[in-house]
Amino acid sequence: MDINKLTELLSAEVKNLGENKKVETGYCGDFLSFAMSRAPSQSAWFTVMSNVNVAAVSLLADVSVIVLCENVIPDDALLNRCVSEGLSVICTKYSAYEAAGMLFVAMKNEEKYCLPER
Amino acid sequence: MSDECIRLEFKVDSENFASAGSASEAVKTQLKLLGINSHDVRRVAIAMYEGEINMVIHAKGGTAVVEIYQNRVDITLADRGPGIADIDLAMKEGYSTAPDNIRELGFGAGMGLPNMKKNTDEMRIVSNPGVGTTIYMKVNLT
Repeated sequence: MDINKLTELLSAEVKNLGENKKVETGYCGDFLSFAMSRAPSQSAWFTVMSNVNVAAVSLLADVSVIVLCENVIPDDALLNRCVSEGLSVICTKYSAYEAAGMLFVAMKNEEKYCLPER
Repeated sequence: MSDECIRLEFKVDSENFASAGSASEAVKTQLKLLGINSHDVRRVAIAMYEGEINMVIHAKGGTAVVEIYQNRVDITLADRGPGIADIDLAMKEGYSTAPDNIRELGFGAGMGLPNMKKNTDEMRIVSNPGVGTTIYMKVNLT
């Protein structure tokens, strides 16, 4: 999976596209400290949080793409930061649950995903 | 082995959420340039970002000093904020004193200090209520 394929899968709108990075897994959540420590690198981060701090967390956690869910759009500061840092951010009408579910099914069909042990 | 280090010093602005994380990003970039493995870079970045955010939220800013040695990274975060009255309580996951306007930004989950502890090999907090807080962290490079 990569950002372009995920964008198509989620009928998403690209707000900024950096490099078309690989997407190996996903993470859902809006609390920044949780995302910071738990979003795996090369993941798609599904969130409705749209302020500039989302960019800092994504950069530090090596998130591949920010997926803003439920028609949320990035605020100006976030978008500007994504542009200047080459971070990808896309917007979808789906909820985090739905969007993550779609990614999960697509990756499972590619036989490239299994749940990590908890 | 040489005890030389690369020393980086940052001023963390108060209540400036737009630039919060810039010191952590600079450190991350430097560590990557030095060829440090991504797992270690991530640990340093998480610990430092959480500390940086804490200083912005609670302490009207402060200073961050990062020393990169061959086999470890030392981070010292110092502020002149209100201090931490009960460090054991502050270390508990889920405990937070962040106000509502901060929570609305996605902070205040009560995971900051626990994340710092989890991502470092040593962490020490020295805090005097009314005077300030200094946090020392060490991350061993693997």
